[in-house]
Amino acid sequence: MATGEIRKGDPGIDPATGEFRVVGQGETFKSVTEKISRIVLTPHTPLGWLALFGIAGAGATVLLVAVTWLFLKGVGIWAITQPVAWGFAIINFVWWIGIGHAGTLISAILLLFKQTWRNSISRFAEAMTIFAVVCAGMFPLIHVGRPWLGYWLFPLPLTMNVWPQYRSPLLWDVFAVSTYATISVVFWYIGMIPDFGTFRDRADSKFAQYFYGIFSWGWRGSVRHWMRYETASLLLAGLATPLVLSVHTVISFDFAVAVLPGWHTTIFPPYFVAGAIYSGFAMVLTLAIPLRKFYHLESMVTERHIDNMGKVMLATGFIVAYGYGMEAFMAWYSASHWEAFMFWNRAFGPMGWSYWVLIASNLVIPLTTLWSRKLRTSLSYMFFISIVVNTGMWFERFVIVVTSLYRDFLPSSWGTYRATKWDYMTFIGTLGLFTTLFLLFVRFLPMIPMNEIRMILPSAKIKPKAAAGAD
Amino acid sequence: MPSREGTYGLLAEFDNPSDLVRAATQARQDGWRRLDCYTPYPVEEAAEAIGFHRNRVPLITLIGGLMGLAAMFSMETWISVIAYPVNIGGRPLYSWPAFVVPAYEWTILWAGLSAAFGMLALNGLPQLYHPLFNAPNFRDGATTDKFFLCLEALDPKFDLVESRRYLETLSPTSVVEVDY
Repeated sequence: MATGEIRKGDPGIDPATGEFRVVGQGETFKSVTEKISRIVLTPHTPLGWLALFGIAGAGATVLLVAVTWLFLKGVGIWAITQPVAWGFAIINFVWWIGIGHAGTLISAILLLFKQTWRNSISRFAEAMTIFAVVCAGMFPLIHVGRPWLGYWLFPLPLTMNVWPQYRSPLLWDVFAVSTYATISVVFWYIGMIPDFGTFRDRADSKFAQYFYGIFSWGWRGSVRHWMRYETASLLLAGLATPLVLSVHTVISFDFAVAVLPGWHTTIFPPYFVAGAIYSGFAMVLTLAIPLRKFYHLESMVTERHIDNMGKVMLATGFIVAYGYGMEAFMAWYSASHWEAFMFWNRAFGPMGWSYWVLIASNLVIPLTTLWSRKLRTSLSYMFFISIVVNTGMWFERFVIVVTSLYRDFLPSSWGTYRATKWDYMTFIGTLGLFTTLFLLFVRFLPMIPMNEIRMILPSAKIKPKAAAGAD
Repeated sequence: MPSREGTYGLLAEFDNPSDLVRAATQARQDGWRRLDCYTPYPVEEAAEAIGFHRNRVPLITLIGGLMGLAAMFSMETWISVIAYPVNIGGRPLYSWPAFVVPAYEWTILWAGLSAAFGMLALNGLPQLYHPLFNAPNFRDGATTDKFFLCLEALDPKFDLVESRRYLETLSPTSVVEVDY
């Protein structure tokens, strides 16, 4: 962090080490453990949780209805048709996967960079990743039209003797997304094993002791185990880093490899990845700000976390801005009639409003205000910004998918796109499913990694021999 | 096979990691070899102190990754060239650049799974029962805020009375005997 910000007597700085405090003052191994395990091990479910769970569950039910009707009637109930053959399903797929990316960035990339502030938020960011991937992964499956043939995507020795076609980015997607989902789940689970051990030891009810005991695999905290565990975590982080960059790159190939103006561009991979992280951090803020308030976790998810996430969003927001700029520039510089028309149509055509919603909510509002430290540490403002950016990123995918498709080369084949209620229900339904899963996670699993928080407490510092004898 | 009855070892409890590291270093210097530390979070210095410097997780991960790479690349080649040759826009059947992406993903997939499950296997987990869970103070602290040093009965130097006296010289908060 910039040294210019350090002021004398700043309560955010540990006087003993002169370093930024990651965890609030006065926290000990025991207090941290108690605070986090109480959330899960208490037999009393907060009323607020139940109310939210009811709302989220209703949302998930909407999804169930929408998907059931879809399976009965087919994809004709959606607005997709020629020329807009990719509609909400692909928009939502890309949006959800993108949101997941920040979780991996926080848990893996920031671990490699030894950014210890990530420790408090890494677990629920990872959970967010997994639930986002669950929501995302559903869309291609239900979009294929005949989902019961979904297994054709995989290289299976079938009696038909038909095999997948490995030159297609759509098949690359199958492997990228399935690997991403698997590695995210493994990384997440491995991270929770020691915390399950803590729950097993602290639980009062027999059932919870057995439940967490089995999921902890008998973890007992031997330092030999810890060392292998640390190595495996670092390796998983090192593997997840190139993986997360590759996933959105491969998704951008779905578009970029096509010859359509608006899709056929080399800026897509980096611009998709940056956009993914941008929206993902926004989603982490959307989740973290109410959570820390509700569960009184202010000493673990501090203002500094919010501030840092604001900075990451500022940086990735500018990469995204560069992407938009390059699209506009290339539309002119390519001297291609089709490119130029596509861009004009995108900004000033009948669906131009969506482009300006995107520009306002992804560039204008966040990138002018996130410079201010005062605003970055204002919780209500950051919550507002997180919603704005998530909306903007959804519209970015809408603009890419729909406005590139609806008016292509031949005016005779132009069409339009108007989402049906089933499109909206499916989208709202995934929001419900995501929230439902997240609420279950918060209630039953350790949402802050206790072992990683203990590691960064001042009392975890090994004192040299003489000093240790003194106290 | 070691006997599965009698004493598993002696367990000394410490309040802070510095005392544990000091005690473990001392014990190792004094010739103890069958000993282990138990901590609520990774304490690298304690592992160093008991002479545990390297592990084989990276090697397993490398082998797993290479196997994933080889498996996917050869499967792609076999499918595209032999099992189901399809002419896609006149591209050669062995269009290897397109095969790189899934092979890359499987390298990561297999390496990641090897790292995770290799680590668990080397640790001997899952192991739902362990004699240490019998110690009255172990479950109370080992996963929360206490630090333990265990001298195991399998060490040739082990003697119930002598070793307990020895552990007490390392100024722990308590020493308890752990049975199988």
